[in-house]
Amino acid sequence: MVRAEYRPFLLLSPALTSLALLLLAPIVFIFVYSFWLRAANGQDIAAFQFGNWQSVLGDSFYWRALWETFVMSALTTIACMVIGYPTAYFLARCRFGNKALLLFLLFLPFWISYIIRTFAWINVLGKSGFVNSVLLSLGIISEPLKLLYNDFSVIMGLVYFQLPYMIINVYVSLDGIDRNLESAARTLGCTPWQTFREVTLPLSLPGLGAGSLLCFVLAAGSFVTPRLLGGTDTLFFSQLIYEAVITQLDWPTGSVLSLLLLASLTIIVAVYNRFMSLSDIYRSFAK
Amino acid sequence: MSGRPSLEGASLGWNGLRLLTLCVYVFMFAPIVVVILLAFNSARTGSFPMEGFSLQWFGKLFDNDSIIAAFETSLILAASSSFLATLLGVMAAIALIRYSFKGKAVISNLLSLPLLMPEVVLGVSLLMFLKFLHQPRSFLLLLLGHTVLSLPYVILVVQARLVGLRQHYEEAAMSLGANRLQTFLDVTLPLISPAIIGGFLFAATLSFDNITATLFWKKPGIETVPTKIFAMLRTSISPEINALGAVMIVITIALPLLGGYVVRRLTRGR
Repeated sequence: MVRAEYRPFLLLSPALTSLALLLLAPIVFIFVYSFWLRAANGQDIAAFQFGNWQSVLGDSFYWRALWETFVMSALTTIACMVIGYPTAYFLARCRFGNKALLLFLLFLPFWISYIIRTFAWINVLGKSGFVNSVLLSLGIISEPLKLLYNDFSVIMGLVYFQLPYMIINVYVSLDGIDRNLESAARTLGCTPWQTFREVTLPLSLPGLGAGSLLCFVLAAGSFVTPRLLGGTDTLFFSQLIYEAVITQLDWPTGSVLSLLLLASLTIIVAVYNRFMSLSDIYRSFAK
Repeated sequence: MSGRPSLEGASLGWNGLRLLTLCVYVFMFAPIVVVILLAFNSARTGSFPMEGFSLQWFGKLFDNDSIIAAFETSLILAASSSFLATLLGVMAAIALIRYSFKGKAVISNLLSLPLLMPEVVLGVSLLMFLKFLHQPRSFLLLLLGHTVLSLPYVILVVQARLVGLRQHYEEAAMSLGANRLQTFLDVTLPLISPAIIGGFLFAATLSFDNITATLFWKKPGIETVPTKIFAMLRTSISPEINALGAVMIVITIALPLLGGYVVRRLTRGR
């Protein structure tokens, strides 16, 4: 019989071991590898030197890629906020009988394969896609609009993927607000708008924050969406990692790029965690 | 409730919200409807305009051996990795909910950390690590990788369901003379089986769906359904892809509906 105080660790050990071996060890490995020397013949030699870091950090191209990735992710997040918050507000406050059904419908596309939901946008936005053929047949335009393979279609695909996450996060925090607080504000003379601005909105900020962080981090790490929907000038950081490791077999540079993305996202998450709790986000996954 | 909700008073604003919500639902479903619509289009281009109704692309799909093979790979992979993830995840979730111990918060955060990690980084680092150890890309790598990717989700889902479960039943069984194993098998397991099934289905969907990490880990020549679609998309959108998409949409929507139904039946049966 195992002693009681060891029992939880025994139960946890398979999960922790697999995470340590398959997740943490590889990260440590690429950290070590990022200092290795890439010889002229393409062989990597064990070393401790900062050449790889210097060549990446000193190259403005990589910084621009990181900046563009973050700008696109921020635009995606803002779009999700602007569309998602009012929708969540409506869902939380409407008197529709079967609210569970509404939420269920919202998450139904979530179960459909990510790649299908992504390529579906090629059908919608493409040259002979849905939008263009409708507009052409109505005579509104005479030439198909170029809606696909640019930054717009990438953001569209990312918003499509992440909007439900935003809505559910905001919904949960709006749903948890004690409605008597709003009634009290109204009784004390607030206009509806004032009540919203000074009572409801501040109380729902944790949900909005959690949804936004989630949107931003998922967007900044995305790889398939920009690859399928992006144009030739779309610069997403994860694609550079893919190029370095898979196409050019340049592991040291790939390691540095991976760590750079990981580190910058970690900083963002850490700053967020300083002001809000991460557990809100994890909880939203279980919904 | 006497006070009217704040914005419902301003009916113009409220109608605006209703319209926006309607638009969001259209936005969520329109691309899916378009894929299904185009799957039945007889045109060879896989795009608009609709020229006529045809089932030929579905027929082509079932004649395509590489797609059938991809389905097999995906199903085996999803079943086996979600079995492993559920096993590890349920154990971990029980430990986190039922016991209090030192370092619990740290461990709990550690287990959820991969949720926020970019998948490209996870994929690349594990691939390089194993190549360095002279392990080739293999099905085993996909299996272990998918297990680790879905593990945090299983833990969270199962944890969320376990929180609501009282321990009285277990205590009662033990006080009536059942030993620890009997209690677990006869009392705890039936009680948490909806949570286990829920976690399993979630993990299976995640694995069946996974594309980014799979692109890095799969052996050349082996395709899962998502990587197969990814490869097919490289040329152009063919009507076959739309047909495959339509089939996948039906499968993946039917599966959670079925799962939800089973779980509800199991919970109600008590």
